[in-house]
Amino acid sequence: MAEPAPTAAATAPAAGAPSAVLVEAVTKRFTLRHAHSIKNMSIRALRREPLRERFTALDEVSLDVAIGESVALLGVNGSGKSTLLKIISGVLPPDGGRVRVRGRLAGLIEVGAGLHPDLTGRENIFLNGAILGMDRAETLAKYDAIVEFADIGRFLDQPVRFYSSGMFMRLAFSIAAHTDPDVFLIDEVLAVGDPLFREKCIQRLGEYKASGRTMVIVAHDVTLLRSLCTRGVFLENGRVLWDGDIDTAADLLVTKRRERRAAARAAR
Amino acid sequence: MTALSGEPAAANALPDPAGLPDLMEPGRGGGLADVFRRRYLLRLIVRRELRARYQGSVLGMGWSYVRPAANFAVFFFVVGIFLGMSRNVEHFPIFMFSGLILVSFFNETLINATHSVLGNAPLVRKVYLPRELFPVASLLVSVVHLVPGVAILLTAAVMWGWTPSALALGSAALGFAIVAVLGMGLGLLGAALHVFYRDTDKVVDIATLLVTWSVPMIYPWHVVRDSSPGWALDLYLANPVAEAVLLFERAFWWPTTDRTFAFPPHLTRDALITLALAVLLLGLGQYAFARLQRRFAEEL
Repeated sequence: MAEPAPTAAATAPAAGAPSAVLVEAVTKRFTLRHAHSIKNMSIRALRREPLRERFTALDEVSLDVAIGESVALLGVNGSGKSTLLKIISGVLPPDGGRVRVRGRLAGLIEVGAGLHPDLTGRENIFLNGAILGMDRAETLAKYDAIVEFADIGRFLDQPVRFYSSGMFMRLAFSIAAHTDPDVFLIDEVLAVGDPLFREKCIQRLGEYKASGRTMVIVAHDVTLLRSLCTRGVFLENGRVLWDGDIDTAADLLVTKRRERRAAARAAR
Repeated sequence: MTALSGEPAAANALPDPAGLPDLMEPGRGGGLADVFRRRYLLRLIVRRELRARYQGSVLGMGWSYVRPAANFAVFFFVVGIFLGMSRNVEHFPIFMFSGLILVSFFNETLINATHSVLGNAPLVRKVYLPRELFPVASLLVSVVHLVPGVAILLTAAVMWGWTPSALALGSAALGFAIVAVLGMGLGLLGAALHVFYRDTDKVVDIATLLVTWSVPMIYPWHVVRDSSPGWALDLYLANPVAEAVLLFERAFWWPTTDRTFAFPPHLTRDALITLALAVLLLGLGQYAFARLQRRFAEEL
């Protein structure tokens, strides 16, 4: 396969390594619908209120992530970083441009979405494993490792709804982290959970990175991103403002946050 | 390289383009074929649905017997005894029950499929899966619920002298196929529409009520012929579910009677045409679903 031409906004990937994630001029517009039933729609139409509003969440964003790279997506709230992650995962389709991914993809996008409260931890491991693309044999092979990492002990045969939020997160993260994906998408999941487990997760991600797999991370914790990632992509209003070393991107985020806070104070 | 708790180091850790999987677009729906490819996950989802439905209930799966039994009792006493249908139709309980289980199967498929995508909103919003999984799982759950009904029906029919024959088995298969394909096609449409218009389930609810009474389940089909003009009968018989019910009656009830009851002419031929149309509708439903599912995540 021919190496795709590097896109304008993206910096060249490390030493010509093939792409793991290739985002080409992706645009995403959201339609905010104000009415969800025929009744509400009629009322709004009669009052001449708009039925929908559009805004652009991503504006021709291009990104080329090479295999083995750890990339942080940064930006203030509403900059489009989570949207970009969802488009890479395939949950949202782009309105323009193209996204391609090489190999198995696992998303830690608000973990626990696949956990069913009425099923036991054991059953959820199989179900969530299957949702993330594992077959029965693979889940069985990794079962002990998942249980050990999640450390939920005797609650394994209890329905998940009786779990504390910490246990819930541990189980969800453990399953996702053991799917052994080629590309790992992580969104804000490290913000929760007890400090001890958080350490364990970060360590796991570090090992993961060392094994040469690809990661794309969204998080607000600048220190964490600096330690885990080598490259930072800073988004603002749906455009790439900076794509390069993580330190510059992280500094940019700190500056922007300070500006925002100052602006908020001034407004008051 | 750090030890990753015994996992095999992936070959793709090395930047060797020769052994790499191709770049693929994520979230490209392969439709029902994709569902088939992920049948292990489908099986787990069906099991989850069944488990979740009977979680914490004493009777568990026993409830799938209670509902049809209650339905049966109501119709049997009201229509069969009080309104005297038992006198007009030989072996009325079998006659009615063969229609009842099929209509319940259709209604359950349609209602559950319509709710299936919305009911799995957290998953649809956050993980990419072939979304057809959810309506298909609804269909399979309904099939699981159909099984006890068929078992009871067959037991009763055998006690009344039913023996298997090509006509009986063929009719049963054709009737089931029509309802399953139609239910899936409409269920896909319902599921997709319900994401955008929360009115859909109300419409479906009323539709199932109409279906229940517009099939020859608690009365024989010739009642319509004898009381209505010809075009009304044609319209009545054009209802795919009515045809399927007639087929089920021919499969399970007719062999137990003196076989003087006449079904509408060309029932088999018409039913085959209906099945072909239902397959067409399924294709249409699948196409519409595939188009609309791209916007599911942002609508939910």
